[in-house]
Amino acid sequence: MESIQQLFEQFFGLEWGIMLFTLVKNLAYIIAIAVPLLLGVAYLTFAERKIIAYMQIRVGPNRVTFFGIPWLRGWGQPIADAVKALMKEIVIPTGANKFLFILAPILTIMPALAAWAVVPFSAELVLADINAGLLYILAMTSMGIYGVIIAGWASNSKYAFLGAMRSAAQVVSYELAMGFALVCVLMMSQSLNLGDIVNGQQGGSMLNWYLIPLFPMFLVYFISGVAETNRAPFDVAEGESEIVAGFHVDYSGMAFTVFFLAEYANMILVATLTAIMFLGGWLPPLDIALFNMVPGFIWLLLKIAFLLFFFLWFRATFPRYRYDQIMRLGWKVFIPITLIWIVVLGLIMQLPESVRNDFPYNLWF
Amino acid sequence: MNFQDIIFYVFSTVLIVSALGVVTSRNPVYSALLLVLSFITCAGLWLLLEAEFLAITLVLVYVGAVMVLFLFVVMMLDINLAQLREGFWRWFPVGGLIALIIVAEITLIMSGSYFGLEEMPAPDPKPADYSNTKELGRVLYTEYVYAFELAAVLLLVAMVAAIALTLRHREDKKSLDVAKQVSVRKEDRLRIVSMAAEKKE
Repeated sequence: MESIQQLFEQFFGLEWGIMLFTLVKNLAYIIAIAVPLLLGVAYLTFAERKIIAYMQIRVGPNRVTFFGIPWLRGWGQPIADAVKALMKEIVIPTGANKFLFILAPILTIMPALAAWAVVPFSAELVLADINAGLLYILAMTSMGIYGVIIAGWASNSKYAFLGAMRSAAQVVSYELAMGFALVCVLMMSQSLNLGDIVNGQQGGSMLNWYLIPLFPMFLVYFISGVAETNRAPFDVAEGESEIVAGFHVDYSGMAFTVFFLAEYANMILVATLTAIMFLGGWLPPLDIALFNMVPGFIWLLLKIAFLLFFFLWFRATFPRYRYDQIMRLGWKVFIPITLIWIVVLGLIMQLPESVRNDFPYNLWF
Repeated sequence: MNFQDIIFYVFSTVLIVSALGVVTSRNPVYSALLLVLSFITCAGLWLLLEAEFLAITLVLVYVGAVMVLFLFVVMMLDINLAQLREGFWRWFPVGGLIALIIVAEITLIMSGSYFGLEEMPAPDPKPADYSNTKELGRVLYTEYVYAFELAAVLLLVAMVAAIALTLRHREDKKSLDVAKQVSVRKEDRLRIVSMAAEKKE
């Protein structure tokens, strides 16, 4: 690393060399995050099909394999799907606004990938260790809605537009509850830095994770996350029984696939953030030698996989929400719960230190 | 000219072009989207000034919430351009006057003794562990606490007023009580009748 930097400095001069080196280095890091993420997305679709298949007593994809290896049957499916999508024609409807029609999928995937910049994978493995990391995540996830709205409008189709409007109202409503739940997290950790939030959960065991003192907030955050990613049972934006396929009804080929990728990338993002905020990120569940030997990154991956399973489980279990019930859950249930919890947490923070330390298991601070 | 200057000029150019686009674009949806772009580039400029909290809050509040609702409304408008342009020259003097006043005000502020370039030198670079958020919170909740609370109350009043203005209680309205629907049980709806088998005629 040092020698490459020196090479840059010799070539471009001291000031420019450092700047360009930082640029190239960060680009390399971004690729190192984005490529495994997209592979993860591909295999999440495979996992979804397999898991839901087994839940419904089917087998799921079991044909496509690599080099004819029998025990890898089905594992080639996501690759085959991607190749199929690449080959397909992108049909642009006659009445559509061409520029915005193409722009929409890009705007959907951009924030889903950009939010990963501040996610800490282990104690020192983070691309941008910024102070306002939590705020950055909120800002990025709130931008994802633009792709959906623009796609719905640019398609110039009633079904697409209805889907876009449903999605916009839903996401804006659940963002509030999500934000308030995260306010509780930052009140506990007293920091907006994601690394500090994980470090604040350090202690003897998983009893120190924010999951326990903030359990209602964990539920609110995770369910809001499911709603925010437009996943079942909150997938009224697509609602195929009512509005065909919602905002992406007119998309085909790779343009559709980008929406698809963004949805799964957002699922992984929400699972990762839940793991970081409430399940102690890269920390092992128990502070014993055997668990400490496993690298933190593996623990984080295990927690993400655990939470992602819930997304798939929800989809196989629950029927779709009716739209007014979605709104009721967001505005009349989640937001009051989070507001009350913030006040309760604030009151507890005002208690004197000696009283706080008497709480069982030192759950609060 | 160093790297930061280049970033500054790129962002400024994008900001000015997109801001011009907001007012010149024919399509209101394009206008709204260009406004989003100018907010984001503005946030980039604030980041250069090391105001990361304000920059990200700008994106979060304006881009993430306000402009979404704006776009939402604009997309549902049925705009007739010919009708809109009808009174252009008639109202041009009023609009021009307002534009002149705004330009004069900006000039007064930018060249004044409080906000002029000499009064506001570039901020000193702060150490990496300096938390913008904490400093802002400290000032907001100590020095400016009354102004802050007043602003919050003002927003609340505006919100209540907006609801009060549009809320109408209608007697003939049919509405659902979702809580009742959700808490319904089998016994409330379903009656199982046991009856003897009937003979086929």
